[in-house]
Amino acid sequence: MTLAPDPLTSAATFVGMPAFPTAARAALADSQLRHNLEHATHTIRDKRARVVAEVDDWEELRTRGAALKDATLADLETHLLTLEERLTAAGATVHWARDAEEACRVVADVARSHGLDEVVKVKSMATAEIGLNEALAAEGIAAWETDLAELIVQLGDDLPSHILVPAIHRNRSEIRQIFLDKMAGAGRPAPADLSQEPAELAAAARLHLREKFLRARMAVSGANFAVAETGTLVVVESEGNGRMCLTLPEVLVSVVGIEKVVPTFEDLDVFLRLLPRSSTGERMNPYTSTWTGVSPGDGPQELHVVLLDNGRTRALADEVGRQALRCIRCSACLNVCPVYERTGGHAYGSVYPGPIGAILNPLMKGVGVDEQTDSLPYASSLCGACYEVCPVKIDIPSVLVDLRSQVVDAHRGGRPSVEAVAMKGAGATFGSSRRLRLAERFTGIGTRVAGRLGLASAWSGARDLPTAPTESFRAWWRRTGGGTDSAPGGPGSGTGGLDR
Amino acid sequence: MRVALQVTCLGDALFPDVGKATLRLLRRLGVEVDFPEAQTCCGQPMINSGYLDEAVPAVRSFVRAFEGYDAIVTPSGSCAGAARHQHAMVARRAGDQGLADAVATTGPRTHELSEFLVDVLGVTDVGASFPHAVTYHPTCHSLRMLGVGDKPLQLLREVRDIDLRELPGATECCGFGGTFAVKNSDTSIAMGADKARHVRDTGAQVLVAGDASCLMHVGGMLGRQRAGVRTMHLAEVLASTEGLAVEGSGAGSAPKHTEEPV
Repeated sequence: MTLAPDPLTSAATFVGMPAFPTAARAALADSQLRHNLEHATHTIRDKRARVVAEVDDWEELRTRGAALKDATLADLETHLLTLEERLTAAGATVHWARDAEEACRVVADVARSHGLDEVVKVKSMATAEIGLNEALAAEGIAAWETDLAELIVQLGDDLPSHILVPAIHRNRSEIRQIFLDKMAGAGRPAPADLSQEPAELAAAARLHLREKFLRARMAVSGANFAVAETGTLVVVESEGNGRMCLTLPEVLVSVVGIEKVVPTFEDLDVFLRLLPRSSTGERMNPYTSTWTGVSPGDGPQELHVVLLDNGRTRALADEVGRQALRCIRCSACLNVCPVYERTGGHAYGSVYPGPIGAILNPLMKGVGVDEQTDSLPYASSLCGACYEVCPVKIDIPSVLVDLRSQVVDAHRGGRPSVEAVAMKGAGATFGSSRRLRLAERFTGIGTRVAGRLGLASAWSGARDLPTAPTESFRAWWRRTGGGTDSAPGGPGSGTGGLDR
Repeated sequence: MRVALQVTCLGDALFPDVGKATLRLLRRLGVEVDFPEAQTCCGQPMINSGYLDEAVPAVRSFVRAFEGYDAIVTPSGSCAGAARHQHAMVARRAGDQGLADAVATTGPRTHELSEFLVDVLGVTDVGASFPHAVTYHPTCHSLRMLGVGDKPLQLLREVRDIDLRELPGATECCGFGGTFAVKNSDTSIAMGADKARHVRDTGAQVLVAGDASCLMHVGGMLGRQRAGVRTMHLAEVLASTEGLAVEGSGAGSAPKHTEEPV
């Protein structure tokens, strides 16, 4: 007996997720997840490194990508108004959505105006971010995901855990089981003799999706880029499901984050070179679809474009954090992140996981509001691997540190935490070498007391604590005159004193 | 050239032998090194935890201690990174133009040890001898914040009789990350476990790195595992000569308070 994977009754949600350390603890204990993630992230990571190494001017491309995005964001209003004007001139209807609710409302109203109870979807982060599928379900409209990984997530009543490969936490045997159990309830069943060979799994998905493509009268997409000067939307994909959705149905609604605008068609040159290599580790992605308004007799005859804010203007107002809006959703930062590699994406409690999620979520939602969001800037060892691979040079570690200061500042004034008291104490101690010298006399006692009280258990659960030395460096320096009192050579004698 | 040692707060309080080894090494190379006693901490523990106001006194004492020196040498990639890349932010926060000007001077003059040896002194053969199996972990801030590249390895390759073994997955973070190690201790330990496994796979007897903090973390794990691998700071290996073998003061092996002449 299997449950029908009805998109109208999906229970999976990020709402109410615990803070990162708690969610991570559960994920870290899942050995299957750890194994799947290690294999998958290393595979994509290595592939990316190989194809990036082929490009001689990669660093220059990154710099150009970052500069283009920065210049566009600096004059966002102008570019958005141009985009609206050109889209409208090309026959599209432009809607402005301040938040998720407004955006979902537009999509639902378009579906209703045609009396539809289902739509097919192109993989889109913006629609995942606004919870479109759930909002449509509440209106009795089924939203069918057509990207293979999104299909796996949807059939499994699961949550996405990666920006590019949302089912990265699943291996092929798990996917086979999901298809066998759940496909029948959503349409064409999987063949009973389905093996876990990738080609067979893909074939089952193709057949299952084909009937949805041919039946659908309305599609919903996002866009990787929106070209202002021409009013052209662009979707970059690998599977061809996007092309099906963008060409077969009569009605198309594209939900586009306002940071997706690029001024000119020529700007695509830089991004279409940066994105595939960073994202899938391919020289070029198999399908790049572009469409400009409505073309009579060709493709959707009704096009709606929803320009979505949903916290982006809040991020834009953040002096340090606004660079996060350069993000082209390649997910290279996830694939190299040592934290993501071990916890997976669900622990981040958002459709945007990994390093970029750790900054985007607090930037778009604001800090000091909920514990989960406030925990994200701390979900990093600040190793900097993300910054190194980012195709648009987002300095994620610096943004993380800045967001940490915003989290701390948001909690100033209330009852101080143990950590806040400790940091204040450390701050005062480090303000004066005399105070530090006094404090250091108690280093040994301090570490022993901390150990006894269990204060150090977060450290010492799996790690030995160092034994404090009997004398600090500065005490030794004072006592020995910088080691010169007893040294035969004294400072600067090229021989030192090598005998013990 | 007036050279100052920034011993780091961790090195001062917990790993004084790292500072002593740095002194011994630099003196052997003919560099006169001062230890300005007004120094405390680079401020990084506060900065990276988000306590910027609390970092201001540390940054003030940093510039007070090191103003006037031509070079500030520190046996830590992350402390050098804080001075070069984070002090300006703290000064801005303090709204103190004088402090901003001061850190603009001290920042660029702060060198991580391997940078100072290779870039400033122009040496890779420091006359060291260390007849042991060693593997080197490049710490994240030295590698990605400072961009020291393979300078530490250039130095290690010139050490007499060293058996230098390549660490698999070397550039991956060890999982220390400052307060990350306790705030997200489960993830930190998971990362450290993989690093410790890679270290053990090399068969090396000594794990070497340029940051005592990362060594405290990985060494703490190796020690708990009774792995039989000890940790040593890069400075301690480079300070070792035929006549003087340094034992290593890192975590994972009980620190020995040595009275070697410096």
